[in-house]
Amino acid sequence: MTATEEIQSAADQRISDEVLMSVRNIRLSFGGVKALRDVSFDIAKGEIRAIIGPNGAGKTSMLNVINGVYHPQEGTIFYKGKTGLMKPHEAATKGISRTFQNLALFRGMTTLDNIMTGRNMKIKRNFLWQALRWGPAQREESENREAVERVIGFLEIESIRKTPVGRLPYGLQKRVELGRALAAEPELLLLDEPMSGMNVEEKEDMCRFILDVNDEFGTTICLIEHDMSVVMDISDRVVVLDYGSKIADDTPNEVRANQAVIDAYLGVSH
Amino acid sequence: MLYRETGQIKTDYKSDMAMFPIAQDRWFIYGCVAVAVIGLPLFASSYIIEAFLIPILIWSLAALSLNMLLGYCGQLSLGHGAFMAVGAYAAYNFATRIPELNIFIVFILAGLCAAAVSVLFGLPSMRIKGFYLAVSTLAAQFVIEWVFSTVTWFSGDNAMGTVDTPAIVIFGYKLESSIDLYMFCLVINIVLFVLAKNLVRGSVGRSWMAIRDMDVAASVIGIRLLPAKLLAFGVSGFYAGVAGAMYAFVYLKACDITSFDLFQSFNILFMVIIGGMGSVMGAYFGAAFILLLPIVLNITFQTFFATSGFAGLVSNIEHMVFGGLIMFFLIVEPLGLARLWSTAKEKLRLWPFPH
Repeated sequence: MTATEEIQSAADQRISDEVLMSVRNIRLSFGGVKALRDVSFDIAKGEIRAIIGPNGAGKTSMLNVINGVYHPQEGTIFYKGKTGLMKPHEAATKGISRTFQNLALFRGMTTLDNIMTGRNMKIKRNFLWQALRWGPAQREESENREAVERVIGFLEIESIRKTPVGRLPYGLQKRVELGRALAAEPELLLLDEPMSGMNVEEKEDMCRFILDVNDEFGTTICLIEHDMSVVMDISDRVVVLDYGSKIADDTPNEVRANQAVIDAYLGVSH
Repeated sequence: MLYRETGQIKTDYKSDMAMFPIAQDRWFIYGCVAVAVIGLPLFASSYIIEAFLIPILIWSLAALSLNMLLGYCGQLSLGHGAFMAVGAYAAYNFATRIPELNIFIVFILAGLCAAAVSVLFGLPSMRIKGFYLAVSTLAAQFVIEWVFSTVTWFSGDNAMGTVDTPAIVIFGYKLESSIDLYMFCLVINIVLFVLAKNLVRGSVGRSWMAIRDMDVAASVIGIRLLPAKLLAFGVSGFYAGVAGAMYAFVYLKACDITSFDLFQSFNILFMVIIGGMGSVMGAYFGAAFILLLPIVLNITFQTFFATSGFAGLVSNIEHMVFGGLIMFFLIVEPLGLARLWSTAKEKLRLWPFPH
């Protein structure tokens, strides 16, 4: 078996045939601006799916539609056997977590509190129990803390556990944000440019974490990224958007050779 | 040297997430409580207790109330004076119309009434935030003031609008001396502070802070914004209501709508800002600062300038110095006295070997 075949067979074991999410005919416009024009694609359970495209192609809008921040004018989403659009908190309770392009950490809180907040919806005791913080409420808090400590250990951020996130360097803040998303134990993890603004070393670390999340927890990942070498290396399939339309949907190697994609990125002479 | 956590090893998450995980902090708090419970009643005169200590206990509760809403959940309210009035009038009505009710139950019911009103006026937070929300809570202040001064049923159909509150009786024991009243306030204050501290360091507090820091991200990680905000308004209203009932029953010994005007709402806001937003301890600092500083200034100026014949001028200078000091503090430490306190603790951890 050649190296490529080996990688392919490993991927086949990891990715199941089951479709976890399928985005169908999404149309989204803001006033006269058409952000998404009839975009459809699906995400298989266990794969790493990348969305790429030039600036303004509608990639972030797509993620916002998936977890309910934006409401598309047309189209629907199939997720885990159900069809229909979700509100943000519904998406979260159904196992969709995400990170943001521009950091969206809770700046006034420590790393630990930020990641604990990622598990907030797992805490069932109501506020009266929490005010007493006794017995079951205390136990629940400790159990969730234990889960959060596993995430902290996984991302190797033990030393900044009690540092307010506002004081952390950019690369670490990105990592904490990934931790907050992971703390919810998602089935589908949406990453909006997880490597933007990082140096090579930080990028490599982040790639490693993404691959490990996919490998160890079996989490399906959908990511937006501009660094082509990263996308080509870690993703299983790539969707290419340009001016809100899907222009390609294939494996990285095929996409790389696709003329429409090359034209979109480099421009065409008319 | 004194404030080292070396050697304090935590073996479970419970002790690491304790209210005061560092032993020295714990001792300090125990010391403060001991002074408040034993020391002050023994040594403070009844003037000091009635003029300083009881107001500080009451207003720190009011400041805590707004701090949970503004400092933790990020929702600004200028109606807290009115929410206190709701608590005061509700307590008066429960206590006079159903005299057999235990005073603690009266206070809890008063808090619940204020919480309901506060939630009602918190509903606009679904759509608006920041200054616009502040303006809509300002409406609460005016509407509630108007209701209590117009509908005389609330003040027992008394034409004057001012009514004396009944004496506080606990299980047949009438609280009369200043020490009795002080202990009554202290118990309520400590219990409510502990509950508030638990609330803000649990998942409820985290969801509030998440909304304060970035509401879109909060909704994306599964926090339902409106219920969380309304819970903040409710809890905050409850605390304001209890504080208002205490203010009427213990301090004023009367129910009077003019004691709960817009000026009080602003006073509470100043206490929160100066004490430190997003800090439970800050409520004490803020209340003490706003209540004590004018008195300290007054005494200082009277001692030095009383004989100079400029009495009118002196009292104006007091106000100017007070305003100047507030500005000075906000420029030096915009995050309030609580932040100064925690910075001092951080420095003390390393002292005297900063490397």
